[in-house]
Amino acid sequence: MSVYFDYNATAPLRASSKKVMLEAMDFLGNASSVHSFGREVRRKIEFSRGEIAGVLDIEAKRVIFTSGATESNNLALKNFPGRAIVSAIEHDSILRVREDLIVVPVLADGTVDLEKLEATLSKDFTAPTLVSIMAANNETGIIQPLAEIIQIAKKHGAYVHSDAVQAVGRLNFPWQTLDMVSISAHKLGGPSGIGCLVINPNLPLIPHIRGGGQERSYRAGTENLLGIAGMAAALRDSAQDNLQLVERLRDDLEDLICQVFPESLVLNRNVPRLSNTALFHMPGVKSETQVMNFDLEGFAVSAGSACSSGKVKASAVLKAMGLDDDKSSEMIRISLGPKSTRSEIEAFAQVWQSIYQKCSPLKNLERKAQRNGYESVCSL
Amino acid sequence: MAMNLSAVSNIHPFPVIPREQIYMDYQATTPCDPGVLDKMLPYFSNIFGNPHSRNHVHGWLAEEGIEVARQQIASLLKANEKEIVFTSGATESNNLAIKGVAGFYGDKKKHIITCVTEHKCVLESCRQLEQQGFEITYLPVQQNGLIDLDNLRNSIKDETLLVSIMAVNNEIGVIQPLKEIGAICRQKGVFFHTDAAQAIGKIDIDVNEMNIDLLSLSGHKIYGPKGIGALFVRRKPRVRMQALISGGGQERGMRSGTLPTPLCVGLGEACAIAEREMKDESERIARLGHQLYTGICKKLSHVYLNGDVERRIPGNLNLSFAFVEGEGLMMGIKELSVSSGSACTSSSLEPSYVLRALGVEEELAHTSIRFGIGRFTTEEEIERAIKTVVHEVQRLRAMSPLWEMAQEGIDIKSIQWAAH
Repeated sequence: MSVYFDYNATAPLRASSKKVMLEAMDFLGNASSVHSFGREVRRKIEFSRGEIAGVLDIEAKRVIFTSGATESNNLALKNFPGRAIVSAIEHDSILRVREDLIVVPVLADGTVDLEKLEATLSKDFTAPTLVSIMAANNETGIIQPLAEIIQIAKKHGAYVHSDAVQAVGRLNFPWQTLDMVSISAHKLGGPSGIGCLVINPNLPLIPHIRGGGQERSYRAGTENLLGIAGMAAALRDSAQDNLQLVERLRDDLEDLICQVFPESLVLNRNVPRLSNTALFHMPGVKSETQVMNFDLEGFAVSAGSACSSGKVKASAVLKAMGLDDDKSSEMIRISLGPKSTRSEIEAFAQVWQSIYQKCSPLKNLERKAQRNGYESVCSL
Repeated sequence: MAMNLSAVSNIHPFPVIPREQIYMDYQATTPCDPGVLDKMLPYFSNIFGNPHSRNHVHGWLAEEGIEVARQQIASLLKANEKEIVFTSGATESNNLAIKGVAGFYGDKKKHIITCVTEHKCVLESCRQLEQQGFEITYLPVQQNGLIDLDNLRNSIKDETLLVSIMAVNNEIGVIQPLKEIGAICRQKGVFFHTDAAQAIGKIDIDVNEMNIDLLSLSGHKIYGPKGIGALFVRRKPRVRMQALISGGGQERGMRSGTLPTPLCVGLGEACAIAEREMKDESERIARLGHQLYTGICKKLSHVYLNGDVERRIPGNLNLSFAFVEGEGLMMGIKELSVSSGSACTSSSLEPSYVLRALGVEEELAHTSIRFGIGRFTTEEEIERAIKTVVHEVQRLRAMSPLWEMAQEGIDIKSIQWAAH
């Protein structure tokens, strides 16, 4: 059995995306060339830009193609001439972009502390201000109150950027109300190596990759036609996903695991969160052990975000939410996709139970006690 | 050209481009080699995992593909695979090399040497550093397009941090003396960066023998995909850099962002094919280049080859045609997809800054055409190109009063133009 439950790391390529890329592979030419080969490529790129803008309901000229969301986040924040305010649970491609970031904490439920945000914005500052808060968190799926954040920021004349990598295609939001939005194709079932930054033409943005003046000089480099066409198709397709179905599966999965171990749920189920993400705590079993055991059983799950999952380190996101390191080092993330099925989640719940029984020290103690004819020493 | 590709994937013929169109713009971009495409395809859909996911087999397989590609790239450069950093293309590689090194060492040394005929992304990166207080020396080139080594040697001073000289020029195809430049830089203790986007797979590169510290390359110029490139960063002696794109810390912190597995695999395979076929391919392209050049010159006089005659790659013929009007010529040879300069700037009507730097007169620079010959160019295409160009130049010259005067022996430069 091979089940992929790591959609927040990357998603399998959608058929529609594959199809347009295969077609685009026969386009030869550099979009900047004036001959017919080049003009055809240019036409296709502009068509794709229009499609993306259409899905997001924004003007096409606001879409700047990049090599992915990491670059988009860097482009939005790195050279912003003023102060940048971010939340404590941002992706590393925001948190490591500059050293003078002002970090606003999150509440225990994982949403950004709006009072602290407002207090920070109220401090006297003459240069422009940029607020950058992700739309939904990659590790927890928790959705940030973007509409309120925009309202607060606008009251103080600040620009708002959002890393919407996990949210676009999974969340309905009026993206045009943001000044800047970072989007990645491969999280949507498009190809990796392509993304975009939605910009506000009135906001001063200083490019960091310079050269031939492509993307209206915001981002130089020969356009990646395959990626651009594939991204447009994936985004268009994702708008048709049945998110309710995914949510039902995720909720049922949570119920199933709860039956095995009631305290396994880490997140408050009432907080708005993405329909596909769940976090499970298995007491006494390290995340790495769980991930390895699941892999042996054919399940791809994650101990945290993919970028840092090679390193054994407690999640900064969970820490920011006030979870203690012991607990957060015993957690795994499940992220479902539109192709996930009921039989997959049922199989997963069974495997979760068997790993729990095999590996959990508490469970072992209990078993031993029963074998010895005593009453369970563990009343968990 | 169209024949070649559609033979490989007959389900996807060129959707819109007419069959009689001949692609001769291999410096702007190249079609993906069918072998490259085959290697890439499984990584789009079957092996789709995030290569940085260390926890499951999806991630491991993707990572494995990337590491093979890294070795293939390193092998072509005679480098170590640990010295290869993936980027989104040569533009990013050049930006990263120049600004990255400047960012790391900038508080100690603040002088950079480059050359006036570099690609825009090198020049723009230098301009940006100039605004930040760096001193940039833009070396001139000689009439043959090559830099003067003595001039380079004399320009290096104590504060010099980096020399950035391209390996092969994109517009005129001349090869800079890399080994000599590398020797000078090493002797003076200065880093040597080269933009080798146009050189990879066309000339032998050995980063150790040539003492290259940083080298930029691009996928789509070597029959690989667009959106991927690499930067070679020497480890011994180590070159350190400040990242341009920060985040998850991929590529040993030098370049964050999820690696696009299929594109990395494609770039690797393109390098492997280049390494395998470079010798035969160069000979074949040299033959075609000779056919084109002699074919045109046999029928037309007053045709000038821009750039050094010997030290050049054979797949790039940049010719100026006297006594014709540039735009008219381009329009007249529409069925040849050629370029009047680099793709990035070809939509502007300004004459090429590269040709101007060589001292080519504005009139001739306006009528210059870059003919690119590549892996899929055929003899028939060259013959048709010769016919088309000869016919059109003759037609335009027949209408030109200047051509008539030149035939009568009047020196065009002596004409006193009336002001208007």
